[in-house]
Amino acid sequence: MPERIVVPFGPQHPVLPEPIHVDLVLEDEKVVEAIPSIGYIHRGLEQLVQKREYTEYVYVAERICGICSFMHALCYSQGVEQIMGIEVPDRAKYLRTIWSECSRLHSHLLWLGLFADGMGFENLFMRSWQLRESVLDVLEDTTGGRVIQGTCKVGGVRRDIGQEKLDEMHHTLDPFEQQCRDLGDVFLNDETVKYRLQGLGVIGKDEAYALGAVGPTARGSGVPVDIRETGYAAYGDLGFKPVVETAGDCYARCAVRVKEVYASIDLIRRAIDGMPEGPLDVKVKGTPDGEYFSRVEQPRGEVIHYLRGDGTKHLARARIRTPTLANIPMLVKMLPGAQLADVPVVVLSIDPCISCTER
Amino acid sequence: MGIFQMTKTVLRNLAGGPVTRQYPAVPARTCPLTRGHVTIDPATCRSCGLCSRRCPCEAIRIEKEEKVWEIDRMRCIACGDCVEGCPFGSLTMEQEYLPPVVEHVVERHTITYVKPEKPEKKPKEESAGESA
Repeated sequence: MPERIVVPFGPQHPVLPEPIHVDLVLEDEKVVEAIPSIGYIHRGLEQLVQKREYTEYVYVAERICGICSFMHALCYSQGVEQIMGIEVPDRAKYLRTIWSECSRLHSHLLWLGLFADGMGFENLFMRSWQLRESVLDVLEDTTGGRVIQGTCKVGGVRRDIGQEKLDEMHHTLDPFEQQCRDLGDVFLNDETVKYRLQGLGVIGKDEAYALGAVGPTARGSGVPVDIRETGYAAYGDLGFKPVVETAGDCYARCAVRVKEVYASIDLIRRAIDGMPEGPLDVKVKGTPDGEYFSRVEQPRGEVIHYLRGDGTKHLARARIRTPTLANIPMLVKMLPGAQLADVPVVVLSIDPCISCTER
Repeated sequence: MGIFQMTKTVLRNLAGGPVTRQYPAVPARTCPLTRGHVTIDPATCRSCGLCSRRCPCEAIRIEKEEKVWEIDRMRCIACGDCVEGCPFGSLTMEQEYLPPVVEHVVERHTITYVKPEKPEKKPKEESAGESA
């Protein structure tokens, strides 16, 4: 029997954008056990809810994560709106949907780039980030911020997108989709990519369900969970269907994200077509008194904001369950059996976002 | 299918020149909505203090008696909430990003607004608006 050794992976590692530590127990080059540990960048943002007014906390919620920032603000705002019984105008809902999907686009393109870098395909990495830059430009033009949008607030949105800009976005979507399809073609059909990813880190449907996986990680294993199906914001009107793959390996998780890029472009197009006229926000009066579980589909999966108000202008408690935390059990099951050289690719395949996880 | 999926893109990139902006030579991209930094017009500020109360990160401080408006650039997150809330239009959001700061340096502005002489009509209302 070969000798077992323990190799530390992270918290600082070239493929990891953020610090997560995994102790890998190896037999020769093969991983037999993986023990994760987190807790390197805890910032105590949940506690801040007791020190900031409930309308101000949107800005804090947005800074929980630099990539899914808009969705955190959206999830928090929806929770407070539900507690206070506020009905958001339709135009605000559509604008929220457009910005959510733009965030998903840039997050997935960022991940595809990092993933390509993780498997050693530098050229593809550069190409993905080049496409991501055009999404960031649209976000900056419409909100004023590239990654921190700052447009969502309790009761609606802070900015409008003019009809001229909407038309311009609509026109640029077609060439952009073609570029994305060229890029996705490489991820889905290139032999070297397939050779590297297929059959790696396989998790079946039942096991993924039992481990409580969310987002593209679960959908890559054939579990059709997507919170957008519940119809928050304008998703109910747009007719949304989740992207599901069944193989359960790294290639399937990559394919889900590539196809979600296409789906997001389609959703933005339909949201622009169906954009209603009307006000952007409603006046917020009073203070939240009650509790609510707010759920939103982020690029990495389902995020839950539990909010409890006690009738004062400060909320009493906020608890945030982020998708990466739900996906770490999947990661622990995926790693055993993989070669040491494949570990970076497997770790990246759940799209770990540690600053979300540790708040 | 095959191993040459990327070839088309590679050839296009070879012929296309650099994609990145040559930053110091070419100025950084901004747009009218870009949130760079907050500036104040001391001539119109009436020291109402709404900006300091709305600020989510307590970057703005205002002293009514000494007529001083202060901002800590290290705390400011450039969310633009103060600009939206200013009833007199004294605050504006400029597009230029300021150079990074490494310590808390408070930027002080002396408010030069002088209340216009208008003794006959509604003196009470005006002073009430000022302290709001």
